[in-house]
Amino acid sequence: MTAPGESAAGGTALSVRGLVKRFGAHEVLSGIDLDVPAGRVTCLIGPSGSGKSTLLRCMAFLEEAGAGTILVGGEPLGFAETPQGRRRLPPARIRAVRASIGMVFQQFNLWPHMTALGNVTEALRVVRRMGRAEAEAKGLAQLRKVGLEDRAGHYPAQLSGGQQQRVAIARSLALEPRIMLFDEPTSSLDPELTGEVLDVMRGLAADGMTMVVVSHEIGFAASVGEQVAFLDGGRILLHGSPRDVFGKPRHPRLERFLDTYLDRGAAMLA
Amino acid sequence: MSLTLLALLVRAAGLTVAISGVSIALGLALGLFVSVASLSRRRLVSVPARVYVSFFRGVPLLVQLLLIYNLLPAAGIDVPGVVAAVVGLTLCTSAYQAENLRGGFLSVPRGLLEAADMAGLGAVQQFRRIRVPIAVALTLPTLVSEAIMILKASSLVSVVGVVELTRMAQDLASSTYRPLPMFATAGALYLAIDWTVAGLGHALERRARWGRA
Repeated sequence: MTAPGESAAGGTALSVRGLVKRFGAHEVLSGIDLDVPAGRVTCLIGPSGSGKSTLLRCMAFLEEAGAGTILVGGEPLGFAETPQGRRRLPPARIRAVRASIGMVFQQFNLWPHMTALGNVTEALRVVRRMGRAEAEAKGLAQLRKVGLEDRAGHYPAQLSGGQQQRVAIARSLALEPRIMLFDEPTSSLDPELTGEVLDVMRGLAADGMTMVVVSHEIGFAASVGEQVAFLDGGRILLHGSPRDVFGKPRHPRLERFLDTYLDRGAAMLA
Repeated sequence: MSLTLLALLVRAAGLTVAISGVSIALGLALGLFVSVASLSRRRLVSVPARVYVSFFRGVPLLVQLLLIYNLLPAAGIDVPGVVAAVVGLTLCTSAYQAENLRGGFLSVPRGLLEAADMAGLGAVQQFRRIRVPIAVALTLPTLVSEAIMILKASSLVSVVGVVELTRMAQDLASSTYRPLPMFATAGALYLAIDWTVAGLGHALERRARWGRA
């Protein structure tokens, strides 16, 4: 476990301080402090509406927090605190800091008009200005990593959900991010397809990638997560190693949350 | 019907295709511009774009053509009928295409643009590489039927003195006193052009299916 301010062996890859986010009158995040240690897997769990996805989206600057700071490798993301107050950074600065972050979405969000390889090479070609041959070699290598080299020429519509999500992971990895964010990466997959995506994620974790995972896969959080944060009502209620968080005696709120999962599983079996 | 008469009709049909084709292409470019303007967050940009669309969709094409044909010379600009015809058709179709494309842009799933944000694509790159291809593909069937509408509406440009297919058929009908074969042939030629455009449209739609069944 990494308490705020204290850093893990590999240092802190991303740190969140005092993050507040409102949608209209509704406060979704009520002052979040979290350190993401480099080279480790951090899992965010909690009931729907707890703010875990919003927190992750703030880390990618897809949502703009109303207050608080996010530092990525020590650099402020999106907003900087200045003597004149909190100031939005120019788009080029935001892009530069965001370049070290990869994001995997629940809905995959592959570009439908590009093949699997096209999705992976797009940013290499257009943003990094890489030549076609070099970009394709790199893209194919990434697809090989997720076991989909033979699907390079397929369009997203010709791939299963699990394959699409693996292509989406390859697309992110091609840009060599230092942190990978996963927003419920298996939630829109059939149960028999979640395994192949979780396997790729386990491989990444074993390679030492810094990961933040919002997931309903409690088993994944417990087995692969090195840090677990349980969110409820826009706050981090529990925070620590899986053993600390899931071990008994459990916090009653977490117990209730886990029960709903067991109930749901039992209902599915009935 | 003699071959000479048929040749005259076919040549006039060529003019119809040329005027319509140029107008559709220019109208698509202008429509793209107007649709982007109408989606702007700045009211100074979006309001004029919406006024533009409602004007050119609201006033009959025939009236627009006569306005352009009489307005420009009044302003000291002498325009040939063909130019007035292309300008009129372009302005008119651009308004319809702008409205179609606006709907297409609004239908691009937000997640695709968030993925582009995370991949580091800037606003212009996202526009060119993601928003335009998807918006155009989504609106392709409407864009094709708009192209066919313009082909047929181009018969109106005879009022500005352009002898395109309809006008040629009229002229030949009155000089030969045989209206039926002239108009029947003109109709058949319009159909042949429309089918060609529809066929091209279907081919494009198939290409833009991107692996969907």
